[in-house]
Amino acid sequence: MQVTSSVRQPLVTGGKTYHDVTHDVARQVEGKPSVGWLLAFLTAAGVLALGSIALIATLWEGIGMWGLNKTIGWAWDITNFVWWVGIGHAGTLISAVLLLFRQKWRTSINRAAEAMTIFAVICAAMFPVIHMGRPWLGAYWALPLPNTFGSLWVNFNSPLLWDVFAISTYFSVSLVFWYIGLIPDFATIRDRATGLRKVIYGALSFGWDGAAKTWMRYESVSLILAGLATPLVLSVHTIVSFDFATSVIPGWHTTIFPPYFVAGAIFSGFAMVLTLMIITRKVFKLEDYITIGHIELMNIVIIITGSIVGIAYITEFFIAWYSGVEAEQYAFINRATGPYWWAYWSMMTCNVISPQLFWFKKIRTSIVATFLLSLVVNIGMWFERFVIIVTSLHRDYLPSSWAMFYPTWADVGVYLFTFGLFFTLFFLFAKFFPVINMAEVKSVLKSSSEKVAK
Amino acid sequence: MERDTHFILGVYEDEDVLLHAVEQVRSSGVKIHEVFSPYPVHGLEHVLGYKRSRLPIAAFLFGLLGTSLALTMQFYMMKFDWPMIIGGKDFAAVPDFIPVTFEMTVLLAAFGMVGVFMISSNLKPWAQPRIFDVRITDDKHVMAIDIANNNALDVEKIKEILKSSGATEVNNKSFE
Repeated sequence: MQVTSSVRQPLVTGGKTYHDVTHDVARQVEGKPSVGWLLAFLTAAGVLALGSIALIATLWEGIGMWGLNKTIGWAWDITNFVWWVGIGHAGTLISAVLLLFRQKWRTSINRAAEAMTIFAVICAAMFPVIHMGRPWLGAYWALPLPNTFGSLWVNFNSPLLWDVFAISTYFSVSLVFWYIGLIPDFATIRDRATGLRKVIYGALSFGWDGAAKTWMRYESVSLILAGLATPLVLSVHTIVSFDFATSVIPGWHTTIFPPYFVAGAIFSGFAMVLTLMIITRKVFKLEDYITIGHIELMNIVIIITGSIVGIAYITEFFIAWYSGVEAEQYAFINRATGPYWWAYWSMMTCNVISPQLFWFKKIRTSIVATFLLSLVVNIGMWFERFVIIVTSLHRDYLPSSWAMFYPTWADVGVYLFTFGLFFTLFFLFAKFFPVINMAEVKSVLKSSSEKVAK
Repeated sequence: MERDTHFILGVYEDEDVLLHAVEQVRSSGVKIHEVFSPYPVHGLEHVLGYKRSRLPIAAFLFGLLGTSLALTMQFYMMKFDWPMIIGGKDFAAVPDFIPVTFEMTVLLAAFGMVGVFMISSNLKPWAQPRIFDVRITDDKHVMAIDIANNNALDVEKIKEILKSSGATEVNNKSFE
C-alpha cells in the first residue's frame, strides 16, 4: 500500500482513469498528423537540408572551411559538441537518478527527456567526427582496431579517446534504457491497432504480454540500469571536462572542471527539456500529465544547478588570483575585460543572474516566463563553452601568435544542421512514439492522481 | 503449442483487489498460470510466490567481464604490443586506464543484462505472444488459470472462487 501525503501536489490532474491515460497518449500516435506538427516538422527538415549544404561543403573542401586558425584550433565545433552533450544529460538524469531517489514526478517526462538525450548526443557526436576531416577513416583513429601500421594502437592516455568510449557507452546504454521502457507502451498501441500498424508496433513491442514475471524482471532491469546509468551520466561530462582540464592551457588546467561541467550539463539539459515539454504539452494537449507542478520542480533543479555553476565561475576567478600564477590570472582578467568581454558577460547574465528569478514562485510557475528563461539558459550555456574554449586559446603563450576567432558561414551552417537534425528527430519521435510513458504513469496513478488524493 | 489449451480468466480493475485476490485464489488450492497487468504492480511477484530475479547477478558478471576485457586490452596494447613513452608516463599508466575500464564495465553490464532479460522473457521482434485479453495493455489486470493444471477442481468451482475474490468478469479463453 502506498500512502501519499495530502500536502503533495497530484502528479496527474483532471481525474484521469487508466483508460484515459492510454487514450490520451495513444491517440497522438494513431491520429493523422496535425497541421501544426506538419509545419513544425517541415521547418525542421528545411533547416536540416539547408545546414547540410554547409556540412557537404566542409566534408568536400576540408575543415579549412571553418574559421579556425593556427592559434585557435578549437572553436565552434567543440563548443557545439560540449553544448549538445550537456543538453544530453537531462534525460538520463531524470530517468535514472530520479528513479533511484523515487521521485514519482519523473514518470510523465522521462520518455521525452530520454529521447531528447539520445538526439542531443547524436548531434554532439557529429562535431568530433566532422572535425576529423576525413571521417571515413575515423574508425582507425578513434577505435582500437587492428591496422596495417603494425598494429599502431590508439592512445589510452588521451582524454579524447576516453571521450570516444564515454560518449558511445552513454549513447548506447541510454538507447537501451529508453527502448526497454518503450516496449510495454508499444504493446499498448499494438493491442489497439489493426492492419499494418499492428504488424509494425507488434514487431516493435517484441512480443510483450504484460506477464507478472516479465514485469518483475523489467523492474529489476530498470533498477540496475538506473544504478549503472547514474555514475555513467556523471562520468560522461567529467570525461568531457578532462579534454580541457588535463591540458596546460591557462583557464583550462583546473581541478574544479568535472563537478562544474556536470552541474552545467544538468542545468542546460533541464532548460532544453523545459523548452521542448512546454511546446509538446501544448501541441499534444497533455497539460494534465505535464502539469505546472512538473515545470516548477524542473525550475527548482535549474536554480540549484545554476547556482552551482555561478559559484564555480566565482571560485575559478578566486583561485586564479590566489594561485599567484600570472598566466592564469591574465586568462581570467582577459575573459572579463578582453576582446571577448561581451561573451563573458552574456554567460554571466544568462547563467548566473537570470535563473535566480526562479526564486519567485510567480515566475517559476509561469509558463511564458519558464519558456523564455529556458531559452536564455541555453544561450548562456553555449556562451560558457565558447568563453572557456576561445578566450583561453586566443591569447597564446607567444604574444606574436595572439589572434581572434571569426566564424564562417560553414561554422554557422554545420551548427544549423545539428539543430535541424535534433528537431527533425524529435518531431518524428513525438508523432510516432508514445511521448509519455503510459505504463509508468499508470503505476503512480492510484497513489498520485487528483481523483484519489482528492 | 501442440495441444489446445483452455484458460479461465479473472478480470480485475484495481491493483489492491488483485493482490488480495491472488492470495485468496492460491490459498483455495487453485494453481495460477500467470497474472497480466498494464503496469508493474508492486508486491505481485511476492504474493504469486516468484523467486527474486537473478538478473542483477547476470549484470554483475557481465560487468566483471567488461572490467577484465578493458584492462587486458589496454595492458596488451600499451605495455606489450607497442610500448611508447607518452608524456613521460609509464607504459602501463594505470590511472589513465580507469575511464575506459569504467565505461566498458558499464557497457557490458548493461548490454549483457538486457540480453539475458530479452532471452529469458522471450522478447524478440518476431515473437507471437499469446494475448489473453487486449485490455491487459490498457486498464485491466487478468488472472489466467490453466484448466489442465487444475484437474482436481471443477471449472464452475474455480469460476466461483474468482468471482468471490473480486473479479469483475470471468471469461473462457482457448488457444490452439
